Amino acid sequence: MNRVVITGIGIHSCLGNDIEEVRNSLYKGQSGIVFDQERKDFGFRSALTGKVSLPDLKGVLGRRDRLGLSEEAIYAYVATTQALAQAKMDEDFIGKNEVGILYGNDSSAKAVMESIDLIREKKDTTLLGSGSIFQSMNCTVTMNLSTIFKLKGINFTISAACASGSHAIGLGFHMIQSGLQDQIICGGAQEVNMFAFGSFDGIGAFSTNEAVPVAASRPFDKDRDGLVPSGGAATVILESLESAQKRGATILGEVKGYGFSSNGEHISNPNLDGQVRALHMALKQAGLSTSDIQYINAHATSTPIGDKYEAMALHKVFGESRPMISSTKSMTGHECWMAGASEIVYSLIMMHNDFVAPNINFANPDEDSAKLNLVTDTKNTGFDCFLSNSFGFGGTNSSLIIEKFKN
Amino acid sequence: MQNTMEKSEIIETINGFLVEEFEVDQAVIKPEANLKDTLDLDSLDYVDLVVIIESNFGFKVTGEDFVNIHTFQDFYDFVNQRLNG
Repeated sequence: MNRVVITGIGIHSCLGNDIEEVRNSLYKGQSGIVFDQERKDFGFRSALTGKVSLPDLKGVLGRRDRLGLSEEAIYAYVATTQALAQAKMDEDFIGKNEVGILYGNDSSAKAVMESIDLIREKKDTTLLGSGSIFQSMNCTVTMNLSTIFKLKGINFTISAACASGSHAIGLGFHMIQSGLQDQIICGGAQEVNMFAFGSFDGIGAFSTNEAVPVAASRPFDKDRDGLVPSGGAATVILESLESAQKRGATILGEVKGYGFSSNGEHISNPNLDGQVRALHMALKQAGLSTSDIQYINAHATSTPIGDKYEAMALHKVFGESRPMISSTKSMTGHECWMAGASEIVYSLIMMHNDFVAPNINFANPDEDSAKLNLVTDTKNTGFDCFLSNSFGFGGTNSSLIIEKFKN
Repeated sequence: MQNTMEKSEIIETINGFLVEEFEVDQAVIKPEANLKDTLDLDSLDYVDLVVIIESNFGFKVTGEDFVNIHTFQDFYDFVNQRLNG
Protein backbone atom coordinates (compact mmCIF):
# COMPACT_ATOMS: atom_id res chain seq x y z
CA MET A 1 0.00 0.00 0.00
CA ASN A 2 1.19 3.51 -0.78
CA ARG A 3 2.27 5.84 1.99
CA VAL A 4 0.30 9.10 1.89
CA VAL A 5 1.91 12.44 2.66
CA ILE A 6 0.87 16.08 2.84
CA THR A 7 2.75 18.44 0.52
CA GLY A 8 0.70 21.64 0.73
CA ILE A 9 -1.71 23.44 3.05
CA GLY A 10 -3.82 26.58 2.73
CA ILE A 11 -6.21 28.37 5.04
CA HIS A 12 -8.66 31.27 5.05
CA SER A 13 -10.39 31.62 8.40
CA CYS A 14 -11.29 34.01 11.19
CA LEU A 15 -7.74 33.53 12.49
CA GLY A 16 -6.15 34.89 9.32
CA ASN A 17 -5.98 34.79 5.55
CA ASP A 18 -2.82 32.72 5.17
CA ILE A 19 -0.57 30.31 7.07
CA GLU A 20 1.57 33.05 8.62
CA GLU A 21 -1.36 35.10 9.95
CA VAL A 22 -3.03 31.98 11.32
CA ARG A 23 0.20 30.82 12.95
CA ASN A 24 0.44 34.14 14.79
CA SER A 25 -3.18 33.99 15.97
CA LEU A 26 -2.81 30.40 17.15
CA TYR A 27 0.40 31.21 19.02
CA LYS A 28 -1.11 34.28 20.70
CA GLY A 29 -4.33 32.45 21.55
CA GLN A 30 -6.25 35.12 19.69
CA SER A 31 -9.98 34.68 19.10
CA GLY A 32 -11.69 35.52 15.80
CA ILE A 33 -15.18 35.80 17.30
CA VAL A 34 -17.31 38.96 17.09
CA PHE A 35 -20.87 40.19 17.79
CA ASP A 36 -22.92 40.72 14.61
CA GLN A 37 -25.90 43.06 15.16
CA GLU A 38 -27.42 42.04 11.81
CA ARG A 39 -28.01 38.52 13.15
CA LYS A 40 -29.72 39.87 16.23
CA ASP A 41 -32.00 42.05 14.11
CA PHE A 42 -32.73 39.06 11.85
CA GLY A 43 -34.05 37.00 14.78
CA PHE A 44 -31.07 34.99 15.97
CA ARG A 45 -30.89 33.93 19.62
CA SER A 46 -27.15 34.44 19.37
CA ALA A 47 -25.44 37.13 17.31
CA LEU A 48 -21.97 35.65 17.78
CA THR A 49 -19.92 34.58 14.76
CA GLY A 50 -16.40 34.19 13.47
CA LYS A 51 -15.39 37.20 11.37
CA VAL A 52 -14.05 36.06 8.00
CA SER A 53 -13.10 38.44 5.17
CA LEU A 54 -14.51 37.75 1.70
CA PRO A 55 -11.79 38.03 -0.97
CA ASP A 56 -12.59 39.95 -4.17
CA LEU A 57 -11.46 37.79 -7.09
CA LYS A 58 -12.12 40.37 -9.83
CA GLY A 59 -8.85 40.68 -11.70
CA VAL A 60 -7.72 37.32 -10.28
CA LEU A 61 -10.18 35.08 -12.11
CA GLY A 62 -12.09 35.70 -15.31
CA ARG A 63 -15.81 36.39 -15.42
CA ARG A 64 -16.92 32.84 -16.24
CA ASP A 65 -14.81 31.36 -13.43
CA ARG A 66 -16.11 33.89 -10.90
CA LEU A 67 -19.81 33.63 -11.76
CA GLY A 68 -20.30 30.16 -10.29
CA LEU A 69 -18.39 30.75 -7.08
CA SER A 70 -20.49 30.73 -3.92
CA GLU A 71 -19.13 32.39 -0.78
CA GLU A 72 -17.60 29.13 0.47
CA ALA A 73 -16.18 28.33 -2.97
CA ILE A 74 -14.36 31.69 -2.93
CA TYR A 75 -12.80 30.76 0.41
CA ALA A 76 -11.90 27.33 -0.98
CA TYR A 77 -10.33 28.87 -4.06
CA VAL A 78 -7.98 31.08 -2.06
CA ALA A 79 -7.06 28.29 0.38
CA THR A 80 -6.41 25.88 -2.50
CA THR A 81 -4.30 28.44 -4.38
CA GLN A 82 -2.07 28.74 -1.30
CA ALA A 83 -1.84 24.96 -0.89
CA LEU A 84 -1.02 24.28 -4.56
CA ALA A 85 1.67 26.96 -4.46
CA GLN A 86 3.25 25.38 -1.39
CA ALA A 87 3.04 21.94 -3.00
CA LYS A 88 4.58 23.42 -6.15
CA MET A 89 1.84 21.94 -8.30
CA ASP A 90 1.49 24.32 -11.22
CA GLU A 91 -0.79 24.32 -14.27
CA ASP A 92 1.72 22.29 -16.24
CA PHE A 93 1.90 19.56 -13.58
CA ILE A 94 -1.88 19.45 -13.17
CA GLY A 95 -2.29 19.23 -16.94
CA LYS A 96 -0.08 16.16 -17.11
CA ASN A 97 -1.40 14.28 -14.06
CA GLU A 98 -4.75 13.03 -12.80
CA VAL A 99 -4.97 15.37 -9.81
CA GLY A 100 -8.26 14.91 -7.95
CA ILE A 101 -10.41 16.89 -5.53
CA LEU A 102 -12.40 15.66 -2.51
CA TYR A 103 -13.81 18.53 -0.48
CA GLY A 104 -16.18 18.70 2.44
CA ASN A 105 -19.19 21.00 2.18
CA ASP A 106 -22.74 20.60 3.41
CA SER A 107 -24.65 23.73 2.41
CA SER A 108 -24.80 26.70 0.11
CA ALA A 109 -27.72 28.39 1.82
CA LYS A 110 -27.08 31.99 0.81
CA ALA A 111 -26.91 31.19 -2.90
CA VAL A 112 -30.08 29.08 -2.69
CA MET A 113 -31.94 31.71 -0.70
CA GLU A 114 -30.97 34.57 -3.00
CA SER A 115 -32.02 32.64 -6.10
CA ILE A 116 -35.43 31.73 -4.67
CA ASP A 117 -35.99 35.34 -3.54
CA LEU A 118 -35.20 36.55 -7.06
CA ILE A 119 -37.60 34.07 -8.68
CA ARG A 120 -40.34 35.19 -6.29
CA GLU A 121 -39.69 38.82 -7.25
CA LYS A 122 -39.20 38.45 -11.00
CA LYS A 123 -41.42 35.41 -11.68
CA ASP A 124 -38.83 34.33 -14.24
CA THR A 125 -36.08 31.81 -13.62
CA THR A 126 -34.01 33.04 -16.58
CA LEU A 127 -33.30 36.23 -14.68
CA LEU A 128 -31.20 34.31 -12.16
CA GLY A 129 -28.39 34.35 -14.68
CA SER A 130 -26.00 31.53 -15.38
CA GLY A 131 -24.00 31.50 -12.13
CA SER A 132 -26.77 30.68 -9.67
CA ILE A 133 -26.94 26.94 -10.31
CA PHE A 134 -23.20 26.51 -9.81
CA GLN A 135 -23.32 28.49 -6.58
CA SER A 136 -26.38 26.72 -5.20
CA MET A 137 -25.47 23.07 -5.32
CA ASN A 138 -23.76 21.38 -2.40
CA CYS A 139 -20.85 20.44 -4.65
CA THR A 140 -20.24 24.11 -5.49
CA VAL A 141 -16.62 23.88 -4.30
CA THR A 142 -15.55 20.77 -6.19
CA MET A 143 -17.59 21.72 -9.27
CA ASN A 144 -15.92 25.13 -9.53
CA LEU A 145 -12.39 24.29 -8.43
CA SER A 146 -12.14 21.26 -10.71
CA THR A 147 -13.01 23.57 -13.60
CA ILE A 148 -10.79 26.49 -12.59
CA PHE A 149 -7.74 24.32 -11.87
CA LYS A 150 -8.56 21.94 -14.78
CA LEU A 151 -8.39 18.83 -12.61
CA LYS A 152 -8.63 15.39 -14.20
CA GLY A 153 -8.80 13.00 -11.24
CA ILE A 154 -11.48 12.06 -8.70
CA ASN A 155 -13.99 14.89 -8.29
CA PHE A 156 -16.80 15.04 -5.72
CA THR A 157 -18.03 16.61 -2.50
CA ILE A 158 -18.39 14.93 0.86
CA SER A 159 -21.39 16.00 2.94
CA ALA A 160 -21.16 14.69 6.48
CA ALA A 161 -22.24 17.64 8.64
CA CYS A 162 -19.44 18.85 10.92
CA ALA A 163 -17.20 15.92 9.99
CA SER A 164 -17.27 16.68 6.22
CA GLY A 165 -13.74 18.09 5.96
CA SER A 166 -12.24 15.28 8.02
CA HIS A 167 -13.93 12.54 5.99
CA ALA A 168 -12.74 14.26 2.78
CA ILE A 169 -9.13 13.91 3.94
CA GLY A 170 -9.77 10.35 5.14
CA LEU A 171 -11.26 9.28 1.83
CA GLY A 172 -8.43 10.96 -0.08
CA PHE A 173 -5.98 9.07 2.13
CA HIS A 174 -7.59 5.75 1.24
CA MET A 175 -7.74 6.50 -2.49
CA ILE A 176 -4.03 7.27 -2.60
CA GLN A 177 -3.13 4.44 -0.24
CA SER A 178 -4.86 1.96 -2.50
CA GLY A 179 -3.16 3.33 -5.60
CA LEU A 180 -6.27 4.75 -7.29
CA GLN A 181 -4.89 8.29 -7.27
CA ASP A 182 -1.52 9.97 -6.70
CA GLN A 183 -2.49 13.53 -5.84
CA ILE A 184 -5.76 14.80 -4.34
CA ILE A 185 -6.76 18.28 -3.24
CA CYS A 186 -8.67 17.68 0.00
CA GLY A 187 -10.30 20.13 2.35
CA GLY A 188 -13.41 21.65 3.81
CA ALA A 189 -15.38 24.85 3.23
CA GLN A 190 -18.03 26.63 5.25
CA GLU A 191 -20.13 29.67 4.39
CA VAL A 192 -20.21 32.25 7.19
CA ASN A 193 -23.33 34.25 6.29
CA MET A 194 -26.27 34.19 8.67
CA PHE A 195 -28.60 32.38 6.28
CA ALA A 196 -26.52 29.25 6.70
CA PHE A 197 -26.96 29.19 10.45
CA GLY A 198 -30.54 30.20 11.31
CA SER A 199 -31.81 26.67 11.82
CA PHE A 200 -28.70 25.76 13.79
CA ASP A 201 -29.31 28.76 16.07
CA GLY A 202 -32.95 27.71 16.31
CA ILE A 203 -32.23 24.43 18.06
CA GLY A 204 -30.38 26.25 20.82
CA ALA A 205 -26.91 25.03 19.86
CA PHE A 206 -25.25 28.46 19.95
CA SER A 207 -23.70 30.25 22.89
CA THR A 208 -25.69 33.28 24.03
CA ASN A 209 -22.78 34.58 26.06
CA GLU A 210 -22.74 37.75 23.96
CA ALA A 211 -21.31 40.18 26.52
CA VAL A 212 -17.72 39.18 25.75
CA PRO A 213 -17.68 37.57 22.27
CA VAL A 214 -14.08 36.34 22.48
CA ALA A 215 -14.93 34.47 25.69
CA ALA A 216 -18.07 32.77 24.38
CA SER A 217 -16.49 29.65 22.89
CA ARG A 218 -15.13 27.79 25.90
CA PRO A 219 -14.67 24.10 25.10
CA PHE A 220 -14.39 21.81 28.13
CA ASP A 221 -15.00 24.70 30.53
CA LYS A 222 -17.61 24.06 33.23
CA ASP A 223 -19.62 27.15 32.19
CA ARG A 224 -19.73 26.53 28.42
CA ASP A 225 -23.18 27.19 26.98
CA GLY A 226 -22.96 26.40 23.28
CA LEU A 227 -20.93 26.78 20.12
CA VAL A 228 -20.16 29.87 18.02
CA PRO A 229 -20.50 29.42 14.24
CA SER A 230 -17.67 30.32 11.91
CA GLY A 231 -16.21 29.26 8.58
CA GLY A 232 -13.88 29.85 5.66
CA ALA A 233 -11.92 27.08 3.98
CA ALA A 234 -8.89 24.88 4.48
CA THR A 235 -7.04 22.82 1.88
CA VAL A 236 -4.66 19.92 2.38
CA ILE A 237 -2.82 18.46 -0.63
CA LEU A 238 -2.45 14.70 -0.26
CA GLU A 239 0.06 12.84 -2.37
CA SER A 240 1.60 9.41 -2.59
CA LEU A 241 5.08 9.33 -1.10
CA GLU A 242 6.44 8.12 -4.41
CA SER A 243 4.98 11.09 -6.27
CA ALA A 244 6.14 13.59 -3.64
CA GLN A 245 9.69 12.25 -3.59
CA LYS A 246 9.87 12.08 -7.36
CA ARG A 247 8.96 15.77 -7.52
CA GLY A 248 11.22 16.72 -4.64
CA ALA A 249 8.24 18.20 -2.80
CA THR A 250 8.50 19.35 0.81
CA ILE A 251 6.71 16.81 2.97
CA LEU A 252 4.71 18.40 5.78
CA GLY A 253 3.44 15.20 7.38
CA GLU A 254 2.20 11.70 6.75
CA VAL A 255 -1.42 10.59 7.10
CA LYS A 256 -1.28 7.44 9.21
CA GLY A 257 -4.84 6.57 10.10
CA TYR A 258 -8.49 7.39 9.39
CA GLY A 259 -10.98 5.97 11.83
CA PHE A 260 -14.67 6.38 11.16
CA SER A 261 -17.93 5.20 12.65
CA SER A 262 -21.60 5.96 12.97
CA ASN A 263 -23.29 6.17 16.37
CA GLY A 264 -26.49 4.48 15.25
CA GLU A 265 -28.50 6.44 17.76
CA HIS A 266 -29.75 10.02 18.18
CA ILE A 267 -29.60 12.58 15.35
CA SER A 268 -27.91 15.32 17.39
CA ASN A 269 -26.73 13.77 20.66
CA PRO A 270 -23.31 12.11 20.69
CA ASN A 271 -22.54 8.74 22.22
CA LEU A 272 -19.44 7.25 23.75
CA ASP A 273 -19.24 4.01 21.81
CA GLY A 274 -19.19 5.61 18.35
CA GLN A 275 -16.36 7.98 19.20
CA VAL A 276 -14.31 5.28 20.93
CA ARG A 277 -14.68 2.96 17.93
CA ALA A 278 -13.44 5.67 15.54
CA LEU A 279 -10.44 6.38 17.78
CA HIS A 280 -9.48 2.70 18.03
CA MET A 281 -9.90 2.22 14.29
CA ALA A 282 -7.58 5.16 13.53
CA LEU A 283 -4.93 3.87 15.95
CA LYS A 284 -5.11 0.33 14.59
CA GLN A 285 -4.85 1.50 11.01
CA ALA A 286 -1.87 3.71 11.88
CA GLY A 287 -0.19 0.83 13.68
CA LEU A 288 0.34 3.14 16.64
CA SER A 289 -0.35 2.83 20.34
CA THR A 290 -2.07 5.48 22.44
CA SER A 291 1.28 6.62 23.85
CA ASP A 292 2.46 7.53 20.33
CA ILE A 293 -0.17 10.27 20.09
CA GLN A 294 1.35 13.38 21.66
CA TYR A 295 -1.29 15.97 20.85
CA ILE A 296 -5.02 15.76 20.20
CA ASN A 297 -6.92 18.54 18.49
CA ALA A 298 -10.33 17.88 19.99
CA HIS A 299 -13.61 18.30 18.17
CA ALA A 300 -14.99 20.00 21.33
CA THR A 301 -17.30 22.74 20.14
CA SER A 302 -18.24 24.22 23.53
CA THR A 303 -21.65 22.57 23.81
CA PRO A 304 -22.43 21.05 27.22
CA ILE A 305 -23.22 17.53 25.98
CA GLY A 306 -20.78 17.31 23.06
CA ASP A 307 -17.69 18.20 25.06
CA LYS A 308 -18.76 15.91 27.88
CA TYR A 309 -18.90 12.87 25.62
CA GLU A 310 -15.65 13.67 23.87
CA ALA A 311 -13.90 14.13 27.23
CA MET A 312 -15.24 10.75 28.29
CA ALA A 313 -14.11 9.09 25.04
CA LEU A 314 -10.64 10.66 25.19
CA HIS A 315 -10.24 9.63 28.81
CA LYS A 316 -11.38 6.11 28.03
CA VAL A 317 -8.88 5.66 25.20
CA PHE A 318 -6.04 7.97 26.27
CA GLY A 319 -6.55 7.99 30.05
CA GLU A 320 -3.20 6.38 30.71
CA SER A 321 -0.97 8.13 28.16
CA ARG A 322 -2.60 11.55 28.76
CA PRO A 323 -1.58 13.38 25.56
CA MET A 324 -1.79 17.18 25.35
CA ILE A 325 -5.28 18.22 24.27
CA SER A 326 -6.75 21.52 23.11
CA SER A 327 -9.72 22.63 21.08
CA THR A 328 -8.81 25.38 18.64
CA LYS A 329 -12.56 26.04 18.39
CA SER A 330 -12.03 28.10 21.55
CA MET A 331 -10.49 30.68 19.17
CA THR A 332 -12.14 29.92 15.83
CA GLY A 333 -15.62 28.96 16.91
CA HIS A 334 -17.06 25.95 15.11
CA GLU A 335 -16.05 25.95 11.45
CA CYS A 336 -18.57 23.18 10.81
CA TRP A 337 -18.17 21.56 7.35
CA MET A 338 -14.65 22.99 7.19
CA ALA A 339 -13.52 22.14 10.72
CA GLY A 340 -12.12 18.66 10.06
CA ALA A 341 -9.78 20.09 7.43
CA SER A 342 -8.90 23.38 9.14
CA GLU A 343 -7.97 21.60 12.35
CA ILE A 344 -5.50 19.42 10.43
CA VAL A 345 -4.01 22.64 9.05
CA TYR A 346 -3.91 24.29 12.52
CA SER A 347 -2.26 21.20 14.03
CA LEU A 348 0.30 20.96 11.20
CA ILE A 349 1.17 24.63 11.73
CA MET A 350 1.75 23.89 15.43
CA MET A 351 3.79 20.75 14.68
CA HIS A 352 6.08 22.67 12.34
CA ASN A 353 6.51 25.60 14.70
CA ASP A 354 7.03 23.63 17.91
CA PHE A 355 4.07 24.82 19.95
CA VAL A 356 0.64 23.71 21.05
CA ALA A 357 -2.06 26.36 20.69
CA PRO A 358 -4.11 26.94 23.81
CA ASN A 359 -7.67 25.94 24.61
CA ILE A 360 -8.54 29.53 25.57
CA ASN A 361 -11.39 30.50 27.91
CA PHE A 362 -10.88 27.43 30.05
CA ALA A 363 -11.41 28.61 33.62
CA ASN A 364 -12.80 25.61 35.47
CA PRO A 365 -13.08 21.94 34.55
CA ASP A 366 -16.17 19.81 34.94
CA GLU A 367 -15.97 16.24 36.21
CA ASP A 368 -15.03 14.87 32.76
CA SER A 369 -12.64 17.53 31.46
CA ALA A 370 -10.78 17.46 34.79
CA LYS A 371 -9.39 14.08 33.72
CA LEU A 372 -7.76 15.47 30.54
CA ASN A 373 -4.33 17.00 30.02
CA LEU A 374 -5.68 20.24 28.59
CA VAL A 375 -3.30 22.87 27.27
CA THR A 376 -4.79 26.19 28.36
CA ASP A 377 -1.80 28.46 27.68
CA THR A 378 0.42 28.33 24.61
CA LYS A 379 2.97 25.59 25.17
CA ASN A 380 6.36 25.83 23.49
CA THR A 381 6.98 22.18 22.81
CA GLY A 382 7.64 20.04 19.79
CA PHE A 383 5.57 17.00 18.90
CA ASP A 384 5.75 14.42 16.15
CA CYS A 385 2.30 12.87 16.04
CA PHE A 386 -1.23 14.17 16.50
CA LEU A 387 -4.83 13.07 16.22
CA SER A 388 -7.75 15.24 15.15
CA ASN A 389 -11.37 14.43 15.98
CA SER A 390 -14.47 15.50 14.05
CA PHE A 391 -18.04 14.54 14.87
CA GLY A 392 -21.23 15.49 13.07
CA PHE A 393 -25.02 15.39 13.28
CA GLY A 394 -26.41 12.00 12.46
CA GLY A 395 -23.68 10.45 14.59
CA THR A 396 -20.93 10.52 11.96
CA ASN A 397 -17.45 10.33 13.50
CA SER A 398 -13.98 10.74 12.01
CA SER A 399 -10.54 10.59 13.63
CA LEU A 400 -7.38 11.33 11.64
CA ILE A 401 -3.81 10.63 12.74
CA ILE A 402 -0.92 12.59 11.22
CA GLU A 403 2.75 12.02 11.93
CA LYS A 404 5.93 13.90 11.04
CA PHE A 405 7.43 12.22 8.00
CA LYS A 406 10.20 9.76 8.71
CA ASN A 407 11.91 8.17 5.73
CA MET B 1 -37.91 52.00 -17.90
CA GLN B 2 -37.45 54.68 -20.57
CA ASN B 3 -38.76 53.85 -24.01
CA THR B 4 -37.43 56.94 -25.74
CA MET B 5 -33.77 56.28 -25.31
CA GLU B 6 -31.60 57.92 -27.94
CA LYS B 7 -29.75 55.54 -30.22
CA SER B 8 -26.39 56.93 -29.08
CA GLU B 9 -27.37 56.35 -25.48
CA ILE B 10 -28.34 52.74 -26.26
CA ILE B 11 -24.96 52.11 -27.87
CA GLU B 12 -23.18 53.70 -24.95
CA THR B 13 -25.16 51.62 -22.44
CA ILE B 14 -24.57 48.33 -24.30
CA ASN B 15 -20.87 48.99 -24.76
CA GLY B 16 -20.64 50.01 -21.11
CA PHE B 17 -22.10 46.78 -19.75
CA LEU B 18 -20.17 44.62 -22.18
CA VAL B 19 -16.93 46.19 -21.02
CA GLU B 20 -17.95 45.96 -17.37
CA GLU B 21 -19.73 42.58 -17.25
CA PHE B 22 -17.98 40.68 -20.03
CA GLU B 23 -14.62 42.27 -19.33
CA VAL B 24 -13.77 43.06 -22.94
CA ASP B 25 -11.59 45.90 -24.14
CA GLN B 26 -13.66 48.80 -25.47
CA ALA B 27 -11.40 48.83 -28.55
CA VAL B 28 -12.60 45.41 -29.77
CA ILE B 29 -16.22 46.56 -29.85
CA LYS B 30 -16.88 47.63 -33.45
CA PRO B 31 -20.33 47.82 -35.05
CA GLU B 32 -19.47 45.38 -37.81
CA ALA B 33 -17.64 42.88 -35.52
CA ASN B 34 -19.24 39.53 -34.72
CA LEU B 35 -20.80 39.63 -31.25
CA LYS B 36 -20.41 35.91 -30.42
CA ASP B 37 -16.81 35.64 -31.59
CA THR B 38 -15.66 38.94 -30.13
CA LEU B 39 -17.08 38.22 -26.70
CA ASP B 40 -16.38 34.47 -26.92
CA LEU B 41 -19.98 33.75 -25.92
CA ASP B 42 -21.18 30.28 -24.93
CA SER B 43 -24.73 29.18 -24.16
CA LEU B 44 -24.43 30.25 -20.51
CA ASP B 45 -23.31 33.75 -21.51
CA TYR B 46 -26.55 34.30 -23.42
CA VAL B 47 -28.45 33.71 -20.17
CA ASP B 48 -26.40 36.47 -18.58
CA LEU B 49 -27.08 38.76 -21.55
CA VAL B 50 -30.81 38.29 -20.94
CA VAL B 51 -30.34 39.36 -17.32
CA ILE B 52 -28.21 42.38 -18.24
CA ILE B 53 -30.64 43.55 -20.92
CA GLU B 54 -33.55 43.26 -18.50
CA SER B 55 -31.80 45.23 -15.80
CA ASN B 56 -30.54 47.94 -18.18
CA PHE B 57 -33.47 48.32 -20.58
CA GLY B 58 -36.41 46.82 -18.72
CA PHE B 59 -37.56 44.22 -21.24
CA LYS B 60 -37.12 40.47 -21.45
CA VAL B 61 -35.32 38.83 -24.35
CA THR B 62 -35.79 35.21 -25.35
CA GLY B 63 -33.22 32.87 -26.83
CA GLU B 64 -34.91 33.14 -30.23
CA ASP B 65 -34.33 36.89 -30.29
CA PHE B 66 -30.60 36.26 -30.49
CA VAL B 67 -30.89 34.18 -33.66
CA ASN B 68 -30.79 37.25 -35.89
CA ILE B 69 -28.22 39.17 -33.87
CA HIS B 70 -24.83 38.60 -35.43
CA THR B 71 -22.95 41.87 -35.13
CA PHE B 72 -22.81 44.56 -32.49
CA GLN B 73 -24.79 46.74 -34.89
CA ASP B 74 -27.52 44.07 -35.00
CA PHE B 75 -27.55 44.14 -31.20
CA TYR B 76 -27.88 47.95 -31.06
CA ASP B 77 -30.63 47.87 -33.69
CA PHE B 78 -32.50 45.11 -31.88
CA VAL B 79 -32.55 47.03 -28.59
CA ASN B 80 -33.45 50.27 -30.40
CA GLN B 81 -36.32 48.50 -32.17
CA ARG B 82 -37.65 47.10 -28.90
CA LEU B 83 -37.39 50.42 -27.09
CA ASN B 84 -38.34 52.90 -29.80
CA GLY B 85 -40.36 50.76 -32.19
